[in-house]
Amino acid sequence: MTRLRAVTALIAALLPLAAWAQSEANENVTTFELDNGMQVVVVEDHRAPVVTHMLWYKAGSADEPKGASGVAHFLEHLLFKATDNMDAGEFSATVAANGGRDNAFTSYDYTAYYQRVAADRLGLMMKMEADRMENLLLTPENIETERDVIIEERNQRTENNPQALFGEQMNAAQYLNHRYGVPIIGWMHEMRTLDLEDALSFYDIYYSPNNAVLVVAGDVDPEEVRELAETHYGVIPAEPDLPERLRTEEPPQTAARRVIFRDARVAQPYVSRSYIAPERDAGAQEEAAALTILAEILGGGTTSYLAEKLQFDTRVAVYSGAFYRGNSLDATTFDLVVVPGPDVSLQEAEDAMDAALVSFMEEGIDAEQLERIKLQLRAQQIYARDDADGVANRYGAALTSGLTVEDVQAWPDVLQAVTEEDIMAAAASVLRPEGSVTGWLTKPVEAVQ
Amino acid sequence: MRYILAMMMAVVLALPARADVEITEVVSPGGITAWLVEEPSIPFTAMELRFRGGASLDAPGKRGATNLMTGLLEEGAADMDARAFARALEGLAASFSYDVGDDALAVSARFLTENRDAAVELLRASLLEPAFDPEAVERVRQQVLTGLLSDEKNPEELAARAFDKLAYGDHPYGTSYTGTVDSVSALTRDDLVAAHDAVLAKDRLYVGVVGDITPEELGPLLDELLGDLPEVGAPLPEMAEVDIPGGVTVIDFETPQSVALFGQPGMAQKDPDFFAATVLNQVLGGGSFESRLMNEVREKRGLTYGVYSYLVPRDYAATYMGRVASANDRIEEAIAVIRDEWAKAASEGVTEDELRDAKTYLTGAYPLRFDGNAPIARIMVGMQMLGLPIDYIATRNEMVEAVTMDDVKRVADELLDPDGLHFVVVGQPEGLETGPLPE
Repeated sequence: MTRLRAVTALIAALLPLAAWAQSEANENVTTFELDNGMQVVVVEDHRAPVVTHMLWYKAGSADEPKGASGVAHFLEHLLFKATDNMDAGEFSATVAANGGRDNAFTSYDYTAYYQRVAADRLGLMMKMEADRMENLLLTPENIETERDVIIEERNQRTENNPQALFGEQMNAAQYLNHRYGVPIIGWMHEMRTLDLEDALSFYDIYYSPNNAVLVVAGDVDPEEVRELAETHYGVIPAEPDLPERLRTEEPPQTAARRVIFRDARVAQPYVSRSYIAPERDAGAQEEAAALTILAEILGGGTTSYLAEKLQFDTRVAVYSGAFYRGNSLDATTFDLVVVPGPDVSLQEAEDAMDAALVSFMEEGIDAEQLERIKLQLRAQQIYARDDADGVANRYGAALTSGLTVEDVQAWPDVLQAVTEEDIMAAAASVLRPEGSVTGWLTKPVEAVQ
Repeated sequence: MRYILAMMMAVVLALPARADVEITEVVSPGGITAWLVEEPSIPFTAMELRFRGGASLDAPGKRGATNLMTGLLEEGAADMDARAFARALEGLAASFSYDVGDDALAVSARFLTENRDAAVELLRASLLEPAFDPEAVERVRQQVLTGLLSDEKNPEELAARAFDKLAYGDHPYGTSYTGTVDSVSALTRDDLVAAHDAVLAKDRLYVGVVGDITPEELGPLLDELLGDLPEVGAPLPEMAEVDIPGGVTVIDFETPQSVALFGQPGMAQKDPDFFAATVLNQVLGGGSFESRLMNEVREKRGLTYGVYSYLVPRDYAATYMGRVASANDRIEEAIAVIRDEWAKAASEGVTEDELRDAKTYLTGAYPLRFDGNAPIARIMVGMQMLGLPIDYIATRNEMVEAVTMDDVKRVADELLDPDGLHFVVVGQPEGLETGPLPE
């Protein structure tokens, strides 16, 4: 959920997102911690005199109290209102008046605020960001108006989009007991009831230095960043009552589920399948690495196994893909999608997908394909050096999702160490019908001939 | 005196970061021109190629041919079928993307220094020897048709198509370059070969390169990659006649939130007043939270998640467009507020503070665009297509700074036409119907 633009982690649906988490020794990363517990990551890139300043809170939609879905994202919007020291809108206006851009986004596990601006304005950004960590001043009018804005945001992203509505239903069926089953933006009926107290109680607990990660990327010196961070953030006391980050956990998933979502606005029906899957854990990323590569092997493009079986050997599908997002505090999903070709029914598409999975488990891995994937992963480390903001995002998302700096830096080597046996073992463990949801997005019954 | 000194200090400190980009013009032995920025710190190169004309060169009755042809460039070349080509690309860890629009066919490539020659050879094969293998044609055709079906149920697409038809009539801009189900279904392999010959030619080629490569290395590479292209392609399109009557078009579509696209005639990028228009738009609806539209429609009234306006200076026509989306029972109010703001800006221009803030933003944001090899390569190609001088980047902000209150007031008066705005609304908007603008 960004505050302005339509970039979202919410709908992985049809986008071939290659969410490569990459790192390497020479990407110029320095990390340290302030006395109040705030973590700091500095990514140096001196090619242009600009800086990206990001503050990540370890608080996302999955940390919301029951009945207040959407409050993490609502609060993200409200952080652009007044503080004791600034008027409503002054934050963004000041960034703009300094030639910069700013925005924010909310996910299940984190909320992040960022500004991109000339490098010599870093201190001003920190001053303002530290101010709104402590001094937010909300009015009932802010709540009323901004609640209308987030409702229109939900209208735009979700209510107007059958694929997004379908994705919500899939997620809700996938998670039996975990908060990941609730949409980041919130359920509409709960969004309508969000009030000042909901927002402030979330803010008071979670918007604290010991619950935040500062990431600064660009033309900066780590020592200078440390001094500025100590000046602006170091003076804010740690929150002593910060709760441990425990969410209700999933029980064993023991029944295959099925979702059929019908909507007159569906132009192209498709089959979606998700499996509950382990995430990257601190010090234990091996299975997640195997699943990352498995997604590439199964559905990473023209040369993938599903494309081979469903798009080349037969014409069952016009598109197929596999997705896995390992960066998650709790159990994540491994997803498949198949868009059937003309005159192919959803049942036929689903059957062909399942037949392909069976034959994959029998045939195993093409060693040359695995080598090409690993080569591309290594090359990603070179290309990543051209994108300091990408490095910043990778650290921010990892450190707010239960991983450490060491995990981020070890990840490329963990990926390279994955063997064929690791991948097949992970596939056997995750691709279980009992842990799955199979969804059909389709047209209303009367429209189906 | 202390006061004045402090003022001057403030001015100096407020100067934005300058985009420091050193461009070299390289002409290959075979006569191909490229703009190059050497960036040896990372061992790869980003390259952007653009062929002017793009999908607007579709032959009569062959709408969608250039788009389908472009989709097939990565689907097999020389003796490689689609999968062999993809495996070769993966084996080099290079990436090529092929994209087409109304004004250009664009090729974006990045490749490692360690296997540059092999990557360039593969790219050359895709551009000069595409297979257009019948099986691949059918496969990609189905993908395009799938997209066209989805477009028919997408409010944003429905609005864009209706607006384009209204504004540009029979010009290629008046229809979608993806074609229609009928036109795409009827395309033959010969049509794709013809589209390839029409679009990919040296007389409309622009090249930008950024990365780990010297001028001496780039020259022969350009000839190797592009030397065998034909000298001349199809005649470029004519200018479009933009005709937008003021009014409202409602397209009934059952969905909770109405999407409105609105616009009027705009201004060419070569117009001496373009920077004044850019400043004006920044104030009116330029996409930041500080714009008048954002402030009035979203911040004050909560009527939308996003509202913005934007100048669309295309090669063969210029429009001034905007977009908003609101629940069906609130879109009428959102549109009324937008019209008020349009009229207010037309009659009053902007304030001194707004002018200053817009200039600071525009000049400060400019260097932020140069954030990586590929973005810089794209910017350089865009500059060449506009005929801008090679030192433009260093002078661009001065031109923004030179915009005066009088300039903005004059341009606002001449450009903004509140009664000439046309709103295409897709949804079930309460209180709005097709016809003239409401009183």
